Amino acid sequence: MFDLQGYGPSLLAGASMTIAVGLSAMVMACILGLVGAWAKLSASYTARATAAVYTTVIRGTPELILLLLLYYGVPTLVQDLASLAGYEIILNFNPFLAGAVTLGLIYGAFATEVFRGAFEAIPRGQTEAAQALGMSRFRVAVHITLPQAMRIALPGLGNVWMILIKATALVSIIQLDEVMRKAKIAAGATHQPFTFYLLASFIFLGITLISSLVQRQLEKKAHRGVGQA
Amino acid sequence: MNFTTMLEYLPQMLDGAWLSLQITGLSLFLGFLLAIPVSLMRLSHLAALRLPAQLYMFYFRGTPLLVQLFLIYYGSGQFRHELEQIGLWAFFRDAWFCAVFALTLNACAYTAEIFRGAILAVPKSDIQAGKAFGMSGLLLFRRIIFPKALRIALPSYGNEVIFLLQASSLVSIITLMDLTGVASRLVAKTFAVYEIYILTAAIYIAITYMLVVIFKLFERILNKHLRTDS
Amino acid sequence: MKTTINAVLLITGLFIFSVSAAEMKTLRLGTEGAYAPFNSVNKEGELVGFDIEIGKALCTEMKVKCEWVTSDWDGLIPALLAKKFDAIVASMSITEERKQKIAFTSKYYTTPGRFVRMKGDAVEASKESLKGKVIGVQGGTISENFVRGEFGEVVDIKVYGTQDEANLDFMAGRVDVIFADSVVLVDFLKSKSGQQAELFGPSFTEAKYFGEGIGIGLRKNDQALLEAFNQAIDAIRANGTYQKINAKYFDFDLFGE
Repeated sequence: MFDLQGYGPSLLAGASMTIAVGLSAMVMACILGLVGAWAKLSASYTARATAAVYTTVIRGTPELILLLLLYYGVPTLVQDLASLAGYEIILNFNPFLAGAVTLGLIYGAFATEVFRGAFEAIPRGQTEAAQALGMSRFRVAVHITLPQAMRIALPGLGNVWMILIKATALVSIIQLDEVMRKAKIAAGATHQPFTFYLLASFIFLGITLISSLVQRQLEKKAHRGVGQA
Repeated sequence: MNFTTMLEYLPQMLDGAWLSLQITGLSLFLGFLLAIPVSLMRLSHLAALRLPAQLYMFYFRGTPLLVQLFLIYYGSGQFRHELEQIGLWAFFRDAWFCAVFALTLNACAYTAEIFRGAILAVPKSDIQAGKAFGMSGLLLFRRIIFPKALRIALPSYGNEVIFLLQASSLVSIITLMDLTGVASRLVAKTFAVYEIYILTAAIYIAITYMLVVIFKLFERILNKHLRTDS
Repeated sequence: MKTTINAVLLITGLFIFSVSAAEMKTLRLGTEGAYAPFNSVNKEGELVGFDIEIGKALCTEMKVKCEWVTSDWDGLIPALLAKKFDAIVASMSITEERKQKIAFTSKYYTTPGRFVRMKGDAVEASKESLKGKVIGVQGGTISENFVRGEFGEVVDIKVYGTQDEANLDFMAGRVDVIFADSVVLVDFLKSKSGQQAELFGPSFTEAKYFGEGIGIGLRKNDQALLEAFNQAIDAIRANGTYQKINAKYFDFDLFGE
């Protein structure tokens, strides 16, 4: 049953692509999450409303639809609009970029909620005290709120990563050569779908297992110096 | 951009949405029922009960639903003869069954994890009070632990419901004509890519936030006695 | 001021798209990669097949550098329109429906459509015999249109994203017969698991469904590219390159009359 007929290396190459697209998306999700949380907690109505629309739309739509919309729909829409205005624009994202951007956009909405919760968990008194000492808003953010928010957000971000890495399987639909697409190719060519999809699932299991170990280490490190209640 | 012609396709898409809701609803219901014993097994002190539950939950929470669907749908085809011999092929032959089966197993694993957390979060004092009244075993679980755990679990369970509704869009990939399936067929026919997918997204968003409202109401009813405001 | 900065940051955050100017040094060819022997991905992850070699030969003939982009079948025309690539070389039939959206070169081959059944199954290619059967086809293809148009009211049609998946489900017995391009089916029958299956019924070529053969799909406003492709097709037909590639894959003339 486990005769891979030479497709083993191809699946492993797919695994590294899965991790690459997952990490890129996670970096983008974290950046978007920070910006989103800032907007949600902002005094500006426009920023709050924009952030609210962003999280509402993203969390209400299946990833698959968002992926198809972003990969096929948005470039066509932008080109149609641009040609109406008399311009020619080529929006060209390859599957890697489209996959990373889409997943980043989706999980940025989740990261927004995680960071918002983390910022809210920091006592206001700390910011006020820092400002009383004459620190600028920027320095308050860098020295006081951000480091603490990161620590509080860590478990939440870990969850986002776990969901995100599994969602990378979807990017196979837009033909990025990650594990799932490699498994599909092998299953189609060898007519042994069970073998290859099972192997693909084990690769994902390996990634999630290692991730949870890393997460535990990171949390331990982030909590050094914090009294354990 | 032509959204008016989209109205023509709306009935077809609503048919698809109905199938999405059916599959989601049925999988949630079955997953919920199964999650009760699974979460109890997971919390058991007996390794023979705990380990299988742990392994099952680890696998289904650690791998993508897309892989699980493909494994169950296309993978079962590899064992057609074996499945025929034990009389199960009639089920696996059907894409609808495979979809509900995969979604149920997936939902059950996540729900069991939510239940596990909720059962552990039931205050010790509640259980002691129950015991003081002479309750034990199933009675204690049915009257004290389970109702309390359910209330604790509700917000996370609401998220799981929404997660599964959105995940059900994947069944389109195993030939089912759910909302996403209908949408991608229409796109292939009309090439009106963004019009159709934006409409599809709008329908999903509408269903999702209907569910959110329902859960908020439900939560308020269940926690009525806890409200402190007048 | 602060509002503006917030808004600008949010918008740039939301739309980090790579916008590249309309420059075209290399020609990008789009294909599916799940349609052996015309286009598929081998163990090394390379694209191989008849379409791929024809595409390369045409590029050599036109003296342009080409690169391949894969897309799922349903996404090929949307991706062409979205300018993810400049030409579809993916065994796409020239049909009236598609011509409303994109332009086609003249044909570079024609093949008929056929039915495949399990050996020992006595089903025939008639409405009476196919009644109540499940037919598997790849979605958005002329095969789907043909089966819907000719047998739609009596059969149950299952639609797949790729021909590979339709084949898998046929092997699993979820569909009773499959209908597809004859050459693709012959290739499938030659595979280990295709041994238990066989072709049946006539070769279907009705122009109503099967169009004017297989062409290369282009955006409607790329008139110059269309002419370049047409000249290149004629040139490789004339200089023997086409015949060489044909002989490498098939023992009959693929071009048709």
